[in-house]
Amino acid sequence: MSRLRERVEGIGDRVLAAVGVAGEFFMLGVQTLRAAFRGDFPVYQTLVQFNAIVVRSTAIVTLTALFTGMVLALQTVVSLTRFGAKPYTGSFVGLAFVLELGPVLTALMVSGRVGAGITAELGSMAVTEQVDAIRAMGADPVQKLVLPRVIALTFGLPMLTSLAYILGIAGGALIAQQYGITANFYLQTVINVVTITDVFESLSKTFVFGWMIAMIGCYLGLKTTGGTVGVGQATTTAVVTASIGVLVSDFFLTKFLMLV
Amino acid sequence: MMETAMSTEASDQSTPDQSTTAVNSSSAPFVELVGVHKAFAGVPVLEGVDLRAARGKVLTILGGSGSGKSVMLKHMIGLLRPDAGSVFVEGVDVTAFAERQWFEVRRRIGYVFQGSALFDSISVYENVAYPLREHLKLSEAEVAERVEGCLESVGLAGVGPKMPAELSGGMRKRVGVARAIALRPQAILYDEPTTGLDPANSRRIGQLILRLQDELNVTSVVVTHEIELCLAVSDRIVLLERGQLQVEASVEEFRVSTAPEVLAFLGEGDGGRAPRVAASEGGSHAG
Repeated sequence: MSRLRERVEGIGDRVLAAVGVAGEFFMLGVQTLRAAFRGDFPVYQTLVQFNAIVVRSTAIVTLTALFTGMVLALQTVVSLTRFGAKPYTGSFVGLAFVLELGPVLTALMVSGRVGAGITAELGSMAVTEQVDAIRAMGADPVQKLVLPRVIALTFGLPMLTSLAYILGIAGGALIAQQYGITANFYLQTVINVVTITDVFESLSKTFVFGWMIAMIGCYLGLKTTGGTVGVGQATTTAVVTASIGVLVSDFFLTKFLMLV
Repeated sequence: MMETAMSTEASDQSTPDQSTTAVNSSSAPFVELVGVHKAFAGVPVLEGVDLRAARGKVLTILGGSGSGKSVMLKHMIGLLRPDAGSVFVEGVDVTAFAERQWFEVRRRIGYVFQGSALFDSISVYENVAYPLREHLKLSEAEVAERVEGCLESVGLAGVGPKMPAELSGGMRKRVGVARAIALRPQAILYDEPTTGLDPANSRRIGQLILRLQDELNVTSVVVTHEIELCLAVSDRIVLLERGQLQVEASVEEFRVSTAPEVLAFLGEGDGGRAPRVAASEGGSHAG
């Protein structure tokens, strides 16, 4: 009986803790929104973060998109040839990249590189009392640290995803040419099936992904305790949480966009 | 941090004007804690602490490691909020202040962190300039003048271009002090200012506290467990143990105190050389 009671209490404690985390995350979101509309917007810090987060992620996004586009085209052209549908290679690669692979792969790569970086940086600041120092000097850590990163990533991820579309489809074209599909024909088949609506719907998801990766990184960074070990744990948690968040929210966002 | 998150939301419910209607007498202590309780994860750290830091004086909070000294100090600047009890700054009850209301209070109080808490991604100059840029609309020349003045005050003229990682522990502490005095505060709170420093650097910090006291006529609250620093800089001394203030005394009273808590803290009465006597014979820490 007492063991059952302990289990129930344990579950209750975990539920309460989860509700507490959700509440804090929500409050941080509200504070960030308020900070955005308060005077004295941190323009310089936002540009610095845009450079650190977006500009410096172009290399990894370029490599990921290019090689994923190439391997996707390779698998597709070989498979479709079996059914005599080789001319549809461009259509398949284009749709796959614009609808899913572009936004999700870019978000996952960025969450690994940037989300971890944000948590590690803010976590280090938290455990060395630098965040408290900002508060002690009468400044707002949310405005100084969180807002610039959230703005940079929310608006930067769609840009990186756009780059991924272009490079992924271009990578596919390189491979398709080796299998007798001209670049012109390949691009024509892409344009024939991929609509502007597809592009906008796909890009709209990346605003959410970018916001979510930045918020999770900032939240876990600011909550970090326990010295360097704590920073390491928070960083791992941030990458895992953000990656799962991207994959799960992708399904629900896609479903939602199909309904509207 | 999340405490910040929660508290900011409360800012709409209590306006900053409340502060102007409260008592603001110059006879009131600069900072006062009344019946402050604080616990972390159910473990009590402060259990009904009453403390008054008189204006223009140096109050030292003495206590062993983990006794809650830093926790007490953080309550004075709103980095922590009491579970029960009240905090007054210049006679104003700031206990329920939201984070944004604290911004104005903190402009008047400098805080020197135990680990310096310098921003390691920017130079020493930018660290000291940070509060100036945050609160004052000064030209770059004025900022430079103020920063150099602060660094000169702590004996570090010319180190502005260096990064914090290039400095020794003692220099970092002094840059922390320079940053804390940049806004010309009315009070300075020192959290373990000499911990981890060699005797020469500890002495230098002690001298600095006294010199700033003379030059700026500030209220100082020093948290330390080092008896030499305590005896050298203090006007009043309080001893915090087991979450409560055990002893409050002037330096002279403390030197001759035979209170069991004082003896226990100093490790005296066990046949060893009395640290208070040693400190006295060795001359003033700061001087």
